[in-house]
Amino acid sequence: MEKKLPKIEIIEKYCKGCHICVEFCPKDVLEMKGFYASVKNLEACISCMQCELRCPDFAIKVITE
Amino acid sequence: MAFDYDKWIRPGKLPHIWCPGCGHGIVMKGLIRAMDTLNLKKEETAVVSGIGCASRLPGYIDCCTLHTAHGRAAAFATGVKMAKPEMNVILVGGDGDGTAIGGNHFIHACRRNINMTYIIMNNYIYGMTGGQFSPCTPTGHKASTTPYGNPDPGFDIAKLAIGAGATFVARGTAFHANQIDKLIAEAIQHKGFSVVEILDDCPTTYGRRNKYKSVIEMMNRLKDVAVPVKAAEKMTAEQLQGKVLTGVLYKDETKPEYTAEYAKVIERAQAAK
Ligand SMILES: Cc1ncc(C[n+]2csc(CCOP(=O)(O)OP(=O)(O)O)c2C)c(N)n1
Ligand code: SF4
Ligand code: SF4
Ligand code: SF4
Ligand SMILES: [Mg+2]
Repeated sequence: MEKKLPKIEIIEKYCKGCHICVEFCPKDVLEMKGFYASVKNLEACISCMQCELRCPDFAIKVITE
Repeated sequence: MAFDYDKWIRPGKLPHIWCPGCGHGIVMKGLIRAMDTLNLKKEETAVVSGIGCASRLPGYIDCCTLHTAHGRAAAFATGVKMAKPEMNVILVGGDGDGTAIGGNHFIHACRRNINMTYIIMNNYIYGMTGGQFSPCTPTGHKASTTPYGNPDPGFDIAKLAIGAGATFVARGTAFHANQIDKLIAEAIQHKGFSVVEILDDCPTTYGRRNKYKSVIEMMNRLKDVAVPVKAAEKMTAEQLQGKVLTGVLYKDETKPEYTAEYAKVIERAQAAK
């Protein structure tokens, strides 16, 4: 069965570019693109929600079904 | 599913004022998740603070809130709780607010064992005013007022709270984000004065001065120093050198709670009329 990928929403108007989500993602899904966090490799995402949980700025949402 | 923080945030208040990587936002999210899990009613919940970066928190939360004078959150919160004992009263603030100027209010709220929850965000510094040392700054560490290293030993907030009479004391960290809501929820449910210390980071005024290269380094330090109480039981004193215990550190459900005791005083006084 194919793995269900979530939708990752990064709200740039809230993101302060702290790198926390990028550094602590266990699957290296995210990267910094300029000032903001951005999705680099969604395929690898395991929907662990760590990035959403840790972001101090309410700037990242992992939307699963 | 993504957690819906929006229902607890006052419309139009984000982005918040905290610096990039400041852990106060992580703590606020933990508090929101705890209030949500417990199904607290906004009109029956008051979040009360003093002054400082940490104390800005109530401004964002959509429930009853009070942003008061520096160090005085416990005094104002006690007023709210005495007037409306049925309310959930949650105090929030920083290490400076709570253990320096507000230290006296803090210990007496503990002593009274009044049914409120105090979340103290310990970033070891006065963040808001540019990084003066606080009573929690560790010995040898640098602040704007201790450029050659702090000669004072720092307070252990949890031990202080236990010694002063708080009946629920827990500690977490901004790194262990998943645990924050659980500790806060358990604290809110406890009948008595509960204290949750969250070891936090202030990259702007503390990290920089103390040679942390990044927010990530500060987060990794929190990860490394924390030892859950259960794990600590199996460790030697040597292994515990430089570590900080996390989890529920103390719980006493036998001690009388202040608003209940006060209700009895009212009854006695009315009977005596
Ligand atoms: C009566 C009074 N004295 C001093 C100040 C200045 N002051 C504002 S915030 C603060 C310290 C805040 O430190 P902390 O509570 O640790 O919060 P942080 O900013 O680190 O989150 C001080 C000394 C004040 N606002 N009022
Ligand atoms: S949900 Fe987990 S795996 Fe996916 S991007 Fe976030 S931290 Fe990485
Ligand atoms: S953790 Fe949040 S604020 Fe920090 S870079 Fe990621 S999305 Fe931006
Ligand atoms: S000065 Fe420090 S405590 Fe204040 S918002 Fe910035 S990082 Fe947080
Ligand atoms: Mg502080």
